[in-house]
Amino acid sequence: MKKKAVFIYADAYLSYHFNEEHPFNQKRVLLTKELLEFSNSLSEEDIIPPRLASEEEIALFHDEDYIEAVKRAGEGKLSIEKGLQFGLGTDDTPIFPNMHEASSMIVGGSLTAVDAVLTGKADHALNLGGGLHHGFKRKASGFCIYNDGAIAIKYIREKYNLKVLYVDTDAHHGDGVQWAFYDDPNVCTFSIHETGRYLFPGTGYVNERGMRSGYGYSFNLPIDAFTQDDSFLELYETALREIVHYFQPDVIVSQNGADAHMFDPLTHLCGSMKIYERIPELAHELAHEYCDGRWIGLGGGGYDIWRVVPRAWGQIWNVMKTDTVAVGPLPKQFLEKWQNEAPSALPAEWQDNEADFPVIPRKADIEEKNRILLQQLLNIIQI
Amino acid sequence: MLVEEIMKTDCITLPPNATIKEALHLLQEHRIRHIPIVDDHYRVIGIVSDRDVRDASPSILLKEPNEDDLLNEIHTIMSSPVLTVHPLDFVEEIAKVFYENEIACLPVVQHDRLVGIVTEKDMLYTLIQLTGTHVQSSLIEVKVPDIPGELPKVTSIISKRNLNIVSVLIYPYKDNPNYKIIVLRIRTMNPTPVIQDLRQAGYKLLWPNNIPEPKI
Repeated sequence: MKKKAVFIYADAYLSYHFNEEHPFNQKRVLLTKELLEFSNSLSEEDIIPPRLASEEEIALFHDEDYIEAVKRAGEGKLSIEKGLQFGLGTDDTPIFPNMHEASSMIVGGSLTAVDAVLTGKADHALNLGGGLHHGFKRKASGFCIYNDGAIAIKYIREKYNLKVLYVDTDAHHGDGVQWAFYDDPNVCTFSIHETGRYLFPGTGYVNERGMRSGYGYSFNLPIDAFTQDDSFLELYETALREIVHYFQPDVIVSQNGADAHMFDPLTHLCGSMKIYERIPELAHELAHEYCDGRWIGLGGGGYDIWRVVPRAWGQIWNVMKTDTVAVGPLPKQFLEKWQNEAPSALPAEWQDNEADFPVIPRKADIEEKNRILLQQLLNIIQI
Repeated sequence: MLVEEIMKTDCITLPPNATIKEALHLLQEHRIRHIPIVDDHYRVIGIVSDRDVRDASPSILLKEPNEDDLLNEIHTIMSSPVLTVHPLDFVEEIAKVFYENEIACLPVVQHDRLVGIVTEKDMLYTLIQLTGTHVQSSLIEVKVPDIPGELPKVTSIISKRNLNIVSVLIYPYKDNPNYKIIVLRIRTMNPTPVIQDLRQAGYKLLWPNNIPEPKI
């Protein structure tokens, strides 16, 4: 029988680990899984282990000499200069043992998710280990080695020949995936993120529209620093509905970075858990309306791995599996198990306490600027 | 940066006795807006813009346009003399030439021969490159007193974190001559440690890093 959703997971995901001080920490995937298990919404039969992506599959997007460099780096055989040419050995993407294998597992997870959905095993699939959207053709960057999202979309195009909508709600611009399909009219990319004026990677302006036959299939909403829920959701929902209607995708791939939350240490956006409930609800609704349910969810950024990511990502699964978000208290067993290890008090409930989110200064200005941005974005498809 | 580093060397030119029709064709074919007019020795004797050519073309409102006008020789409508620059001029200087003369194209001349061309667009492109906005980076703006030694202090804080600086700009702080703003583009997705180091060293950071963590 066709399942509603499958959850791609293996403990091997935790081997994608740069070092102890590094903000990117895949323990968030384990925490999310346990939160869901303790909530009784995730069980063993929902979980599929990721397969290892082959080098040919990785080469659907990356150059072979880059893959070779990643392999050698993981074996400790790559010189410092050579590594830096490929972005390997920097502060953002340090070299770690067996990094090729760890990264291939994440790519394989996204391919497993694609196959599960497109062979009809399940309506939706979730690979929270993936969503590494800053990986370039021949360069590691922004905590990303292999760009599993770009590879998965290339794989969909080759194997299934479907039109793909890629939606990226990470607080950073989804540059790697955007540039990968910048001239491709069969892949539409839409990224909402904090403006690149201050934040990495600096791109993702509203006038980045695609090129040649791909012109008109790249969308960006670079919202202002300190944007809060209402403005974020107004822009996101309006734009997404318009874009889906315009593009008429066959399948939706979502990148679900969870770093636009007020607690996130790396960005200046000020969202609450509300946006992380609405984002999967919308993807779910539109996937059923336009794509016969076909929706592949990936992870992404998210650097408050205790207070933000498990809840934000847990809600994606809750929507996939049960059509609705969870409300009320988090399971006691989860809090008891992890509170000691967490550096700050774990939240008690799925929802945030609104009192913790005071109105920021310049809120009206930010909202006005964001609205103008939305108009600029949509003028191309609202004739 | 020198003009020779940003100029285009494959110039589209016409001799003075070419027709306006030929100019129109070249402008459309190469999607350009200016054509230097050169003599047999490749000396620049004039320049025509797409506007000059349009002014000399029959109006689209005419029922029976007289195409004969297009057969006039180009030297009859070219601008002359022409403002030119040298390959060893500074890009910053020619930006001023563009600004003050309200023009959009400068032929580059060396030993009395045309060797290249610089347009307003090339100039803007170069400025984009100079600001570093095309490279993946995080941006931090630091307010510093306008005294010697501040820039190395700030950059040494960054180098202690082993981070690569993509570009540095320094500009005046509003109307206050006692301060400057240093704009740094740093090649990292995680500028938080360096932001904290800068604050600890007593520096004032500008929006959005003027609001310390937690964000509100």
